[in-house]
Amino acid sequence: MKVLRDVWALAAVPVVSIFLALLLGSLLIIASSLATEKAINLLLPLVAYESLLQGATGLSFIDVKGGAISFALSINPDQAGRALTNTFAAASPLVLTGLAVGVGFKAGLFNIGGTGQVLVGGFVAGLVGGMVAQQPVPIAVTIAILAGALGGAIYGFIPGALKAFTGAHEVVSTIMLNSLASFVIVGLVNDVFKITGPTFARTADVGNAAMPIVFGRNGNLGIFIVLALVALTYVLIYRTPLGFEIRTVGANPSAARYAGMSPRKLIVLTMTLCGMFAGLAGTFEILGLGYYPAVFGTTIGFGGITVALLGRAHPAGILLAGLLLGAMRAGAPAMQITAKIPIEIIDVIQGLILLFLAAESVIRHLIRSRAETVTPGELGTVSRTYGETTV
Amino acid sequence: MTESVTAPESVTAPALEMRGITKRYPGVVANDGIDLEVRPGEIHALLGENGAGKSTLMNILYGLATPDSGEILLDGTSARINGPSDAIAQGISMVHQHFMLVPVLTVAENILLGAETMANPIFIDRAEAHRRIVALGQRFGFEIDPDVKVGSLSVGWQQRVEILKALYRQARILVLDEPTAVLTPQETKEIFAVLRRLADEGHSIIFISHKLYEVLEIADRITVIRRGKVVGSRIPAETNEDDLAALMVGRNVQLVVDRGVSHPGEPTLVISDLRVADDRGHEAVNAVSFDVRAGEILGVAGVAGNGQEELVEALTGLRRPASGTVTLAGHDVTGSGPRLLQQRGMSFVPGDRHRYGLVLSFPIADNLVLTQYDEAPYTRGIFRNDQAIAEWAKRAIAEYDIRTPSASVPASSLSGGNQQKVIVAREFSRKLSALVLDQPTRGLDVGSIEFIHKQVIAKRDEGAAILLVSAELDEVLELSDRIAVMYRGEIVALVDGPTAEREEIGLLMAAGRRSIPPVETAAPAGRTAGPSS
Repeated sequence: MKVLRDVWALAAVPVVSIFLALLLGSLLIIASSLATEKAINLLLPLVAYESLLQGATGLSFIDVKGGAISFALSINPDQAGRALTNTFAAASPLVLTGLAVGVGFKAGLFNIGGTGQVLVGGFVAGLVGGMVAQQPVPIAVTIAILAGALGGAIYGFIPGALKAFTGAHEVVSTIMLNSLASFVIVGLVNDVFKITGPTFARTADVGNAAMPIVFGRNGNLGIFIVLALVALTYVLIYRTPLGFEIRTVGANPSAARYAGMSPRKLIVLTMTLCGMFAGLAGTFEILGLGYYPAVFGTTIGFGGITVALLGRAHPAGILLAGLLLGAMRAGAPAMQITAKIPIEIIDVIQGLILLFLAAESVIRHLIRSRAETVTPGELGTVSRTYGETTV
Repeated sequence: MTESVTAPESVTAPALEMRGITKRYPGVVANDGIDLEVRPGEIHALLGENGAGKSTLMNILYGLATPDSGEILLDGTSARINGPSDAIAQGISMVHQHFMLVPVLTVAENILLGAETMANPIFIDRAEAHRRIVALGQRFGFEIDPDVKVGSLSVGWQQRVEILKALYRQARILVLDEPTAVLTPQETKEIFAVLRRLADEGHSIIFISHKLYEVLEIADRITVIRRGKVVGSRIPAETNEDDLAALMVGRNVQLVVDRGVSHPGEPTLVISDLRVADDRGHEAVNAVSFDVRAGEILGVAGVAGNGQEELVEALTGLRRPASGTVTLAGHDVTGSGPRLLQQRGMSFVPGDRHRYGLVLSFPIADNLVLTQYDEAPYTRGIFRNDQAIAEWAKRAIAEYDIRTPSASVPASSLSGGNQQKVIVAREFSRKLSALVLDQPTRGLDVGSIEFIHKQVIAKRDEGAAILLVSAELDEVLELSDRIAVMYRGEIVALVDGPTAEREEIGLLMAAGRRSIPPVETAAPAGRTAGPSS
């Protein structure tokens, strides 16, 4: 009972935010019916969300026959397997970038450099994968993954070290590093690592370093690595002295210094770890694709911010939030086909979720939930003033 | 039993009357039908332990909380107070225990915040505001620079800014929460003179303090609150410290612990020629030398801001000294960080428990291992040993009388006294050779002070070298075997503790010498250092 209450205290705002975002999203969908059907279709949101759910899980809860709607829970096993695989595949990079932001929150850091770290990780993995393309699969895959993780880690280490030793705020430095990564990598692919043959600029094939498919059409090994990393992160943060240090630095850097911890070391370490998570997200994307394209634009870096906030920076929450957002991505094409709604509505709903999460005190007022029972943190980190110095 | 003192020839209505104030929070009745009456021109002391309900009552008066029942009357007419700005508009001002100042703003900006003196509808009249602030400061004996950033001021000066802030708002009813906690006896006298003058001008003052002798000295009437109820009302002439303490705590309290006889041994902590710079790079500690012997308490007395903070930070590894040496149990530890010092047997109870001593959002159990989390048995291999931590927390809560529903509630939910007991439990339970105590009982109630003082004496008798830094002169006098007086970064006197005279130490703290010269001259010449050991 007490456990349930604690979980609700943490989950109340995210759950209500999702609900409100879907509610507001349904108004938009109704509005869109005016354009596509030339009439207001009040049932369209229901159809849209149902096809979204079906596309993501294979689960269906309504039956539409000639305008009449009846509720009937049904599942198509064939479709379910494919849909769930898609959901997991879409969710795994989001879970990783969610960890890249969420673990930073634990240390009082707001890592919005996920995008850059994803690009660097993916690029390095693509390059190194191309080099080891002829090696036996286990060796090639391992080397490519480690290289991508290292690339991301280094790209997280840089803002960490800048913060620890010069006081440069990580929000500013990671934003700049995001731009730097995207432009430099596009240049490198176009001018240095471009291979001849394909009609667009891309790096060499990763060959044997491609992510092995473990189940379904696109259920690759990365999904299992992500699940293991979520568990390991939980253990690290809540079950080890190092995690205690990270959480202490995040909650009260002065007390951390008093207790003999080194906030500098911990900031560098945490940012490196965050970079590694994001780098792995890019790695799995690129090794899944098979090469690094110059036009590799990605939103999973910023998606990680939503995932981390929605998951309250807790590894389990991040996993759930990642799965939710992944399910939306996986189900969106089905929704577009069935309900004739542009796929971008997913981004709108995701944005609305973030908006409601940011308006936490409004939501708490709405559901009369007291904030004292939860530890402050994530949003405090986001809104922390630049005047404060952590070191 | 509730007693009340009948008001002599009370013709005018009370400036403030609170009737039957009741406020419930989940699981606790903070105020249970409290009646309080403050007359015009009266200094009314509100006495009670931490958590007795004084702060809740004052928050209700200040509009920060809404009572479940009861009413407030100002000058005999029922009043509704909807928030602090409304309270200020109705002439009620509050000086909080935890300062409500913006550290990055200047003194003037802080004072003007919410009470802007306007030159025209758009711009603030800075010149006029500055003039008024300086004049106010001078009138009440503070020479304050309105352009200094509050964040760079010591706690003592921040308190004065808070008082100025209330005076600037022309409060008729002034609530002062522990105003003298950081002042010297001389400054306290000055403040008292100011308060008396304000009262004579017809202001009403509600004075919250734990210092019983102060309350007896300044108050016209004293109301004692315990567990949300008024348990008695006294006038100073008809009561004494023991009576008030018993009323407050509900049992007889030993106000001055029996310190017994100390048996000092060899010097454990030796400081020589230590120089420390403050945040702005100014020399805050100026070539200080002294030693603390095993089994001895060396008290450092001084007005806040005379280099004690920097001295303590340098000794505990939070600040690098500019020059000089520190030896701990024979090892040179100059410039060592907190971790190394802890390993060498140094324990430290920091002065700012919210900033350094605790992680308020963490459970009590985690706070109880904040400086030992990486040692056995709390860490096993690469994992935390949650079971060992829980067992220790259970033991600490029992041994150190920490009043809490459980070890898993966040430290922020405890009262100040119990928070301090968490720190004391953690720091006193380590294997230690030296113990640095910075303001160990600041803001605590008599019951908690008694408990912590007993623990300090016990540690001394176990052979710890104890350095006690406190702005509370009484605390230094009560516990110290020797007393060092710090003034402007120097130790101006080192005297024997048991025979030290309160007045003498007070003068040394205020002026750096044993007598006040007839005329204060501008030149700082002729400052004589006291005899040093």
